[in-house]
Amino acid sequence: MSSGSLVGSRIREKRLDRGLRQAAVAETVGISPSYLNLIEHNRRRIGGKLLADLARVLEVDTALLADGAEREMLDEMRSAAASMGDRVEVERTEELAARYPGWGALIALQARRIAALEEKSRILTDRISYDPQLAGSLHEVISAVSAIRSTASILVGPEDIDSDWQRRFHENIHSDSLRLANSSEALITYLEAPEAVLEHSGSPFEAVEAYLAKSGFHVAALENGADPAIIAKEAGLQGPAEKVLLRVLEVYADDAAALPLAAFEKTARTLNYDPAALAQSLDARLPQVMRRLAQLPPQRGHPPMGFVVCDASGALILIKSVPGFSMPRTGGACPLWPLYGALSRPHQPIRVDVQMPAPNATRFLCFALAEPVGPVVFDVPSALQSMMLVLPDPPESGSEPQGVGLSCRICPRPACRSRREPAIGGVGPKSEL
Amino acid sequence: MGKRVLLIEDEPNIIEAISFILSRDGWTVHTHEDGTSAMAKVLALPPDVIILDVMLPGRSGFDILRDLRDNEVTKATPVMMLTARGQDKDRELAMRLGASLFMTKPFSNEEVRNHVRNLMEA
Repeated sequence: MSSGSLVGSRIREKRLDRGLRQAAVAETVGISPSYLNLIEHNRRRIGGKLLADLARVLEVDTALLADGAEREMLDEMRSAAASMGDRVEVERTEELAARYPGWGALIALQARRIAALEEKSRILTDRISYDPQLAGSLHEVISAVSAIRSTASILVGPEDIDSDWQRRFHENIHSDSLRLANSSEALITYLEAPEAVLEHSGSPFEAVEAYLAKSGFHVAALENGADPAIIAKEAGLQGPAEKVLLRVLEVYADDAAALPLAAFEKTARTLNYDPAALAQSLDARLPQVMRRLAQLPPQRGHPPMGFVVCDASGALILIKSVPGFSMPRTGGACPLWPLYGALSRPHQPIRVDVQMPAPNATRFLCFALAEPVGPVVFDVPSALQSMMLVLPDPPESGSEPQGVGLSCRICPRPACRSRREPAIGGVGPKSEL
Repeated sequence: MGKRVLLIEDEPNIIEAISFILSRDGWTVHTHEDGTSAMAKVLALPPDVIILDVMLPGRSGFDILRDLRDNEVTKATPVMMLTARGQDKDRELAMRLGASLFMTKPFSNEEVRNHVRNLMEA
C-alpha cells in the first residue's frame, strides 16, 4: 500500500503487519470492533486521543498515521517553494516536515497568509484603479479646484472687470468652495473605508467555502426545509459572499427537497456511493445526486468526499477539499482533472480512476459532469459549469489509473503533455514545455 | 466676428471662467454641456477650435473625438482635450485618437489662452 493511503487504511496496514486481531486492538483502545472496522475502511474520521491510542498500540508514531493533514501541509510547503523558483530544495520538503514539523506548519501558515495579503493588495489596487465612486469623488474635487483657480485668477488679474461680473465670479467661487468641501469630505470618508472593505476581502467563494466547511458542507437546517434566504442572512457573510452563498443554498434546498436525506443516505450506503447507480435507483438527475453525495453529513460513517465546481473558464467556484487532493484557488489546477475534460463534453458523465504523483501516489475515483446552468435561451450562449465528485482510495479496478497532479509547478510528472509551465526545481523536470 | 471656439464642458463655473478669458482674448465662444448631442453642435457651427472635456454626460470626450476625426468636415479641426491631472492613460488615449493638445485640470488661465492661440496659428 502506498505511503499516501488514508488514515484508516494505514491503521489497518500497521495492525496486519503486527499480526494483531481487530477485536484485540479495539478492546485495548476502548472501542467496539465494528467501530474500528469503520475506521479502518475510512468511514470514520479520527484524531486526537483515539488516534494517539491506536498509534501506541500499533507502536508507530501518531504523525505516521495522521498523514492527511501532513499531506496538505506538504502541498502547501511545495506551493510556497514554487514562489521562490529553483532556490528551494523542494526535494527535501518531506524531510524538513518530518524533522521539523513546527517549521513546516509555519511555512504553510505563512504561505497562506501571504496569499491572503496578496489578495487584499489586489482588492485595494482594483479599488483605486476601477472604482467609479473614487473616480467620481476625484473628478468632483478636480473640477471644483479648476473652477476656483481659474475664477480667482480672473479676479486678481490686471484686467478691469465690471461689478456684475465680479459679483458673479464671487458667487461662483463661493459655490465651488462649498462643492469642494463636500466632495473632499466624501473622498475622506471613502479613503477611511479600506478597513471595512478588507474585513470582507478575499474571494467570496472562499468565504462561502469556509462557512460551509464548518459543517462539512452539510446544512442540517436545509434538510428540514428551512428557507435558504434566512440561512444566508444568518451566516454573517456580506456583499458578494452572501449572494454566492444564497445561490449555493438555494440549489442545496432544491436538491434536499428532491432527494430527502434519510432515504438518500440509506440508498447511498447500499449502492456504495456510486452516483450513477444512485441516480438510476432513485430516478434522480445525476448532478443532483453528485451534489447530495458531497452534502452527506460528516460523523455518520460516510467516506470523505471532495467536490469541486468550475465555470466554463475553468475557474473553481466551489471547493470542498478531501485530503490528498488539494484544489488550488489561484494559479490553476491540473489540466488533466476530469473536471476540465467534462467541459469539452457537456452532458456526458465521466468516471475516471486517477492517481496523484509519487511519493503519495494516492488514488481517487472522480465523477465529472458538465451541464449548462440557468435557463436555455436561443442564440445566447449557455453558462456552462462542470462539477467533479472525488472519492479517495477506490477499490482496485484492474486498469491503470490516469496520472494527474495538483498544479504544474509542483507536479513531478516528467512526460506530461498537458504541462503548461515547468515544475520548480526539485519536484520534476525543469523544462517540459 | 472673431474666430470661433467651441467649449464642450459640463461644469458651469469652468464654462463661465474659460468663456470670460477667451472672450477677452477676442474669441467668439460657444458652449455645449452634453456629450450625446455634441457632434451635432460641432457640425452646426462648425468652430475653428474645439475644447473638449473627457468626462461628459451621455458620451465621453474620447468617443466624440473619434467621431470628429472620422468626419470629413471636422477631421482637421484643432481639438484640445481637457483631462484630469495624473490620468496618464487618458492623455495617451487622447493623443492616439488624434487630439491636437491636451490640457490638465486644474489649469492656469494663461495656459488656456496660449494653447488656444497656438492651435489657431498651427
